[in-house]
Amino acid sequence: MGGFVSRGFKRRRRGGAEQATRLPPGQYAESGFPVLTAGPTPRIDLADWRFKVEGLVARPREWTWEEIHALPASTFEGDIHCVTKWSKLGTSFSGVSVDTLLEAVEPLPEASHVIAFSYGGYTTNLPLDDVRGGKAWVVWDHEGAPLPAEHGGPARLLVPHLYFWKSAKWVAGLRLLDHDSPGFWESLGYHNHGDPWREERYWGD
Amino acid sequence: MGRLSWRLAEVAEVKPETDRVVTLALDVPDWDGHLPGQHLDVRLTAEDGYQAERSYSIASAPGASHVELAIERLDDGEVSPYLAGELRKGDQLELRGPIGGYFVWEPDQGGPLLLVAGGSGVAPLMAMVRQRAAAGSDVPARLLYSARTLEDVIFRGELERLDAADDSLTITYALTRAQPAGWPGYGRRIDAAMLEEVSWPPGERPLAYVCGPTRLVEAVAGDLVALGHDPSRVRTERFGPTGVP
Repeated sequence: MGGFVSRGFKRRRRGGAEQATRLPPGQYAESGFPVLTAGPTPRIDLADWRFKVEGLVARPREWTWEEIHALPASTFEGDIHCVTKWSKLGTSFSGVSVDTLLEAVEPLPEASHVIAFSYGGYTTNLPLDDVRGGKAWVVWDHEGAPLPAEHGGPARLLVPHLYFWKSAKWVAGLRLLDHDSPGFWESLGYHNHGDPWREERYWGD
Repeated sequence: MGRLSWRLAEVAEVKPETDRVVTLALDVPDWDGHLPGQHLDVRLTAEDGYQAERSYSIASAPGASHVELAIERLDDGEVSPYLAGELRKGDQLELRGPIGGYFVWEPDQGGPLLLVAGGSGVAPLMAMVRQRAAAGSDVPARLLYSARTLEDVIFRGELERLDAADDSLTITYALTRAQPAGWPGYGRRIDAAMLEEVSWPPGERPLAYVCGPTRLVEAVAGDLVALGHDPSRVRTERFGPTGVP
């Protein structure tokens, strides 16, 4: 639909050139941290919290809250992008790299995809290659403070190179599969992969 | 599934609802219909090519003659002041949709139906109320709607008509800032006690839809779960570009 101009519309937000290059198509910079959730926020007691990695792995295992904190710490600093159009530039999250978790469980050669599953029943699917190689974390701190429950605390998955619905809140584990299997939003109209730079928002994008 | 392509809609009418909210009634060529609760994306393009996109809930029922959006003007916003202040009948607007498959309700999903709205979060719930009426559904429905004052209640006249005409629909208002003299309804923010009075007991397993500012949605959804409602029967959505009340 090239050439269409919205009569009388003018830019009101002013970002620098750097902001322009950091915003994927259709996104705007948001200084807050909006909350988007399909249902009530689950409350998880840290004493009961477990993180599991299972499925096509040589040594499935689970970590308690104390055990996962004993793993080497890893921090992400950068930008996140929500499919509802806001991006948060220059933020940070700390936890553990998914690489560290995968190293412990030894994925089998046939493993090609993962399902992240959460307390409360949420799921999201990703190619295994999108959560390894320094691209994904399980995080419990946001900008130096414990991650609030409404943002996914105690811990959420963080996959910042994809739209943020892939960064499952209240994450309880990863299941490795030899095939793709659409998760919650992926079954309800949202794109299976969700690359913001290709604007993969909805089915068919 | 094909791509949701951008299409040009035409503004058929701009209806003032409150001081800060207008309804945009849109003619959308070849609109394939939508489900009550779904939203769509709007894209604005400036002369210099700059574009801004936002999502808005659809307030009209699927069979209505126009696709309607309720737009609340956010003074520091970029898109809502344009949509709510600049657009005129006959202007064109790029959009694509409908989008979303979870925060939707159709009469055959049954109930009883508990709708909880904060401010312009009433928009997707209005689509459900309208569709319920259009379909002649007798699914018992209760709408609890929080607004600052009576003048801030969007769709007030239509809601009053629907309420009066339908014994199985009950609408309750919570006016948080000011109440008319002799106001019979609630004069405070929605809280657990109010939800317990307005809603069905958890044993009746109402299907709840909660939409509004984040603080309201978080509180109401948490209260419903604490009252014993099944979390899987409580669906939530935040309105507005930031979710900040």
